[in-house]
Amino acid sequence: MSTIFGIPPQALFGQLLLGLINGSFYALLSLGLAVIFGMLNVINFAHGALYMLGAFVAWLLLTMAGIGYWWALLLAPLVVGAFGVVLEKTLLSRLYKLDHLYGLLLTFGLALIVEGAFRHFYGVSGQPYPIPDLLRGGQNLGFMFLPNYRGWVVVASLVVCLATWYAIERTKLGAYLRAATENPVLVQAFGINVPLMITATYGFGVALAGLAGVLAAPIYQVSPLMGSNLIIVVFAVVVIGGMGSILGAVLTGYGLGLLEGLTKVFYPEASNIVVFVIMAVVLLIKPAGLFGRER
Amino acid sequence: MATEIQAVRRDTAAPARPAMPGLLALAVLLLVLVAAPYVLYPVFVMKVLCFALFACAFNLLIGFAGLLSFGHAAFFGGAAYITAHTVKVWGLPPELGILLGTAFSATLGLAFGALAIRRQGIYFAMITLALSQMVFFMALQLKFTGGEDGIQAVPRGHLFGLIDLSQPMAMYYTVLAVFLFGFVVIWRTVHSPFGQVLKAIRENEPRAISLGYRTDHYKLMAFVLSAALAGLAGGTKAIVFQLATLTDVQWQMSGAVVLMTLLGGIGTLFGPVVGAALVVTLENYLAASNLPVPVVIGVIFVACVLLFRRGIVGEIAARLGGKRP
Repeated sequence: MSTIFGIPPQALFGQLLLGLINGSFYALLSLGLAVIFGMLNVINFAHGALYMLGAFVAWLLLTMAGIGYWWALLLAPLVVGAFGVVLEKTLLSRLYKLDHLYGLLLTFGLALIVEGAFRHFYGVSGQPYPIPDLLRGGQNLGFMFLPNYRGWVVVASLVVCLATWYAIERTKLGAYLRAATENPVLVQAFGINVPLMITATYGFGVALAGLAGVLAAPIYQVSPLMGSNLIIVVFAVVVIGGMGSILGAVLTGYGLGLLEGLTKVFYPEASNIVVFVIMAVVLLIKPAGLFGRER
Repeated sequence: MATEIQAVRRDTAAPARPAMPGLLALAVLLLVLVAAPYVLYPVFVMKVLCFALFACAFNLLIGFAGLLSFGHAAFFGGAAYITAHTVKVWGLPPELGILLGTAFSATLGLAFGALAIRRQGIYFAMITLALSQMVFFMALQLKFTGGEDGIQAVPRGHLFGLIDLSQPMAMYYTVLAVFLFGFVVIWRTVHSPFGQVLKAIRENEPRAISLGYRTDHYKLMAFVLSAALAGLAGGTKAIVFQLATLTDVQWQMSGAVVLMTLLGGIGTLFGPVVGAALVVTLENYLAASNLPVPVVIGVIFVACVLLFRRGIVGEIAARLGGKRP
């Protein structure tokens, strides 16, 4: 078995792995978007910028304070989450009574500010971030070579996605959250602090983006522009999956990452647009998205 | 979704006929534009006019049909590429090139619109953004668009084989004519029965449906018209600046046109013109300073959304007692 469909297996599996990595980031980001959208009815355009912020916090911790990857994995999401809480409290919360499109426009402006500021200070070139010592090297799986760090990213993002799913669908706090998504007024009448939950949800959603940023730092270079093109693909992922279900967002993320990887093998020219083409097809067949419901 | 945007829109809603203040404002605008190239740098005013038409086309959709497209750069930039290519490589005269660019954008608008109107609100914005990103990648990869370089040194040529457009004043008044044509089309559309139906859909779509209007058809027609006019602006821009580049199809361009319209006043006829003039002026001014442009633009965005959602013209109109200029 030297080739599969005329493609050497190393190339095929290599691209599939790369697709799985990309899919991990799509999943983490679209999960955050879906959680935020469910609670706030806001599409967080700043998500890509906050993903970039997470990577930059990790890089700054390393270069300025010598704090390594593992601490950054904890600290960067906290910093990004705290930043998100401030944004929600001071800016976003003023718009809940208005048309939801204003939330989109506000977060778009925020994304421009955050990205513009980093571009002003750090330029457009990427900063390298070393792979932590523990995860250097790789495994020879027989049919392909698996770098340890990439395996770690896939596993870590899967665990985080599943944990989030469990927390929202299976715990008491998650039940409150889902109830508040359906009917915030009634839930508040039961004595649950809904505004606090909204703030916490936004903080958590953007912390996921920050976490994705740290995970991405050693794979892609840390650059101010790393989030802006990614977020548009993630928007398409969200349209394809529909934002009604947590698991749906995660599955769509991984699935599209893999599909993109496959496209890179068989028809590389189309790999940039395959997600958008799939979005168009899904809109024709099932406008609400694969896992979505009309709202 | 009983929200404030509807209230804001209602008190800036267009009267059924162009009222006197509106015609007066149009006359003033016309006078200013005819005299402008003698006072200001003509290329600068032409840039303002192209973006003003672009913003007016975008505003037709958001302001009068309530659809926020975040992908209008695809129509603007797409037409710019088609015009630049047909004029430079095929050797077509400029008016035909612009016409082909506009036709391309209208066709693209038909395809994108048919997909995007299947969802509403936030999804509509995300879908248009994603589809326009597809156009961006195509512009990056296709052969004829020239990748990172774009299409440069597009000849301005002779309008109708007679008027030499390399003369700045000839070019300027051609652009002015194109702009006025687009503006009048939008004015007529807004004040036509078709425009009234669009406003009904914006305010309450289920009710418009229950009155027997096939709202999807109206939305699609508005989308195609808006895309075509955005293409007209883009094609003209390609002739004026003799170039079509990736900047024209990038999502930042879609964002810029949203800002122009928001700043000037969503749902007002003159707002996008004012907004475009301000944003282009600001960008020119910032390019000379070392302030980071996106940050300033972002701050204005946030300030507009939080502080004056009616935009400049909308605010003025509200102060003057609900009548639009």
